[in-house]
Amino acid sequence: MAIAEQQTSSEAARASSDESWHGIVLQTLKRNEISLIPYVPDRVLTPLIKNLHADPFFTTFATAREEEAVGIVSGAWMGGRRGAVLMQTSGFATLANVLASLAVPYQIPLIMFVSERGTLGEFNYGQSLVCRTMRPVLDSLALEHHTITRLDELEFIADRSIKQAVTTQAPVALILNPLLTGGKVFDK
Amino acid sequence: MSTDLDNRNTKVMNRFDVTSRLIAKLKHEEAVIGGIGNTNFDLWAAGHRPQNFYMLGSMGLAFPIALGVALAQPDRRVFALEGDGSLLMQLGALATIAALKPKNLIMIVMDNGIYQITGAQPTPAAGVADIVAIATGSGLANSAWAADEEDFERLVDEAMSADEPSLIAVRIDDKPGVGATRRDPVQIRERFMHGLGVREPL
Repeated sequence: MAIAEQQTSSEAARASSDESWHGIVLQTLKRNEISLIPYVPDRVLTPLIKNLHADPFFTTFATAREEEAVGIVSGAWMGGRRGAVLMQTSGFATLANVLASLAVPYQIPLIMFVSERGTLGEFNYGQSLVCRTMRPVLDSLALEHHTITRLDELEFIADRSIKQAVTTQAPVALILNPLLTGGKVFDK
Repeated sequence: MSTDLDNRNTKVMNRFDVTSRLIAKLKHEEAVIGGIGNTNFDLWAAGHRPQNFYMLGSMGLAFPIALGVALAQPDRRVFALEGDGSLLMQLGALATIAALKPKNLIMIVMDNGIYQITGAQPTPAAGVADIVAIATGSGLANSAWAADEEDFERLVDEAMSADEPSLIAVRIDDKPGVGATRRDPVQIRERFMHGLGVREPL
């Protein structure tokens, strides 16, 4: 591929990224001064993670476990810095203890973005089962959560939910559905 | 490094005594995160400070919580006190901290090889694993066993001016904590935020 073509295609990618789900998430985080982003990676989250790493506004890094990331953003909140945790459905399934013993009782506005696997074309039975545990856990603690399926609703839901988490000092889970992200399918 | 755990040149100390020695050294509103159970009970018993945070659950997260505070306030020294059993739950956090290299973070591990609070059952690591070797192998080069109380104080002094994260491991006895933290999570969190200058009281 010629250099000129490469530049053109990367510019096009940059221009379109603002309209993409991950571009909207990144801009919404930035607008709400959320700068600390620990994550456990997920295939669907890859473009978001890549662009967060590339943007010096954010401190973006991988953790070994999702609950570790929850501990980090909880400490950062108490120290005056806002964060959000990125994870996959199966990662959320490891969080019941830390939600029930840290985020909820200490009233910490934990902001979670969960890439939803296990539905709408899942090919791994275990993933589809673990997905079914997510909303019952969230509901059992009466936690705010939204499943985002539409690009035109993403900014409104994410922006309002972040602001509500901060002002009410309560966690929120924003579930990124395959209808929004395309999800992960067997032939990818 | 020697792996002969039965013949280590480290004195068996006491958690409350070591914690009290640490607190006596804090003159600059340093933050202290107390891990679950006896670790934060002794932090509480050593005398409440507005910059202390006491965990009432989420076993194993003292170092990650302290890392978050350290990243939010890079000009403040942040201490984390954790038990060996708790640390075993979250060993991956050591590598995360080594990768981020927060120079204001000081980790202290109280190692008695047992889950004292649940009935003194030995941990799976007791007698076979070396916490300082694990930390060093995780990338935390500035990790050391405290030989005795005096050595502990010297290591704390060094850590106060270090330009990389520090880990100090202390062999402790099997005594329970001296006090018991008041289990009021909202007040603990709110007062901690006041102590860190993040918020003013109403």
